[in-house]
Amino acid sequence: MAAIEIENLTKTYRVYRKREGLWESVRGLLHREYRDVHAVNGIDLTVEKGEFVAFLGPNGAGKTTTLKLLSGVLTPTSGKAEVLGFVPWQRKNEYRRRFALVMGQKNQLWWDLPAQESFRLHQQIYHIDPTEYEKTLKELASLLKVQKLLGQPVRELSLGERMKMELMAALLHSPEVLFLDEPTIGLDVVAQHDIQNFLREYQERQETTILLTSHYMKDVAALCKRVVVVSGGNIVYDGSLNGIIDRFSLHKVISLQFAEDQLPGDLSRFGDVLEIQPPKAKICVERAQVPYVLNRVLAEQSVEDVSVEDRPLEEVIAQMFADTTEEHRPNQLTEEPTEF
Amino acid sequence: MASSPEVSISPGEAITTWKNWFSTHWTILKICLEERLVYRGDFALGTLMRFLPIVTQIFLWSAVFSTLPSTNQNGEAANIQGYTYHQFVAYYLLTMISRAFSSMPGLASGIAKDIREGAVNKYLIQPIDMMGFLFLNRVAHKLVYYLMAAAPFALVFFLCRDFFSGWPPTETLLLFFLSLIFAFLLGFLIEATIGLIGFWFLEVGSLLFIYMLLNFFFSGHMFPIDMLPGFWRTLVELIPLHYLAYFPAAVFLGQIEGDALYRALFIEACWIIALLFINRIAFYYGVRRYSGYGG
Repeated sequence: MAAIEIENLTKTYRVYRKREGLWESVRGLLHREYRDVHAVNGIDLTVEKGEFVAFLGPNGAGKTTTLKLLSGVLTPTSGKAEVLGFVPWQRKNEYRRRFALVMGQKNQLWWDLPAQESFRLHQQIYHIDPTEYEKTLKELASLLKVQKLLGQPVRELSLGERMKMELMAALLHSPEVLFLDEPTIGLDVVAQHDIQNFLREYQERQETTILLTSHYMKDVAALCKRVVVVSGGNIVYDGSLNGIIDRFSLHKVISLQFAEDQLPGDLSRFGDVLEIQPPKAKICVERAQVPYVLNRVLAEQSVEDVSVEDRPLEEVIAQMFADTTEEHRPNQLTEEPTEF
Repeated sequence: MASSPEVSISPGEAITTWKNWFSTHWTILKICLEERLVYRGDFALGTLMRFLPIVTQIFLWSAVFSTLPSTNQNGEAANIQGYTYHQFVAYYLLTMISRAFSSMPGLASGIAKDIREGAVNKYLIQPIDMMGFLFLNRVAHKLVYYLMAAAPFALVFFLCRDFFSGWPPTETLLLFFLSLIFAFLLGFLIEATIGLIGFWFLEVGSLLFIYMLLNFFFSGHMFPIDMLPGFWRTLVELIPLHYLAYFPAAVFLGQIEGDALYRALFIEACWIIALLFINRIAFYYGVRRYSGYGG
């Protein structure tokens, strides 16, 4: 059974467009220009129970808006969505007790109190059975290695520690669906790694359905088999992470190491030369051309070592983002006077 | 599993539901209390500062009355619009108590800030009612304040005991207490609703300023509103602001009695219910407009 079903979901914001300058600000009092921003532009998506799905996309692609729609913070402009059989924006308490949203940039804990006070509040508002609560609390605290920090005011915790507490608070009621909006943003490598490990272990154990947005490819590579790429409010790719390379990367990188001080000839006739550091060189070659180029190089020169690799994932995705954003750049301008 | 609302609830379940409700709200209150107690330094200072205006009021009115002959041509004690010097001071001391119940520092601006910065998300995601939560938070806020302020208040009233002509009868005292509770509810609902306007305007600073200004003049904070001439007095009595400072003080001083008192309390209760509805409606529609700013 599908945990999340989204059909033609759309969210349009009307934003006030202010031109530069003081005079324009004054003019703006009487006459306003609005621009429609299609944050989410007719998305269809089905996520099965127990899937761990990554949402990728450039800033402003509509990832966070989608998560906000699915957690009932926003009401869509049109379209349908059901999570666990509930319409999120009706905000039924039965639904709210079965999912959680964690935002890397938002704090849900009480700033001046120790995290355990916030947890106690969660126990009450989520109606968690006291023995169940104690058990989950212990488990989560030991998985995240934060047992000693529970009694410390949240404002005194480091960003990484705070994020772990946020995760704990969100998981105390064992949600069936979890939305994670950039949970590792701003964290150092160690804390990022801790959180990745924790999420992987937790998801394997609980089989929670998780939707994750992140800008760190490492998060995604470590956690998600399925990747959904969003750009300009549309889904542009849905499949495996490696599939992105197959589909969007038309080039491969050939690394060559030549014998002794033999200088390579003109390599640029084969493709883009990425770097030359004799006796090594790297060239970027169209995928279809790889066998031909290898043949030629090996025949013409004495090569000690050779390897053929895909372009780095980050580069491929950056390229894909750049391409898709250009296609989908929304720019409808509607001009309306506002009454006073 | 999700329980559907159509399922009939047995008495046993109903009791559990109520127990849950009570223990949830009790926990919220306790945690809010703990949070407020973190700021005890700020609170102590705030409490002290509250007593400064009353000192200036006492000096002001003593200066005003010193220019009047001590008795007028009818042989009565000097008075302005029926208020003697002692009555003025007693009135101001009492409005200080009314305002300790009805003033809601930071409530409206806090709600508007939560809306602007997206902190409302939390209340929408968690199975919790934002207004109910803020209400308990404010109750905790006030309880901590009374705890801190009780001793200084008692001291001030003890020092100023000569301005009063003894304790009012028990019934009046009880109704005075009721009028204070009502003042708290009314003050909360007015400010909370102004805060919710933030869903439409984002910034409610100037609106709040206008409210503060009206409040200052028409709640009786500045002067007893029964001093106003006929038309203005009727107007001021039509809007509920006078319940926030003037009314409890007038009840204590015995200026409103009998049927008139009960009628006024009834009208105040109606205002509270009406504002509760307006507040819920504003929240309902506001959330639909909300864009979950930030992040």
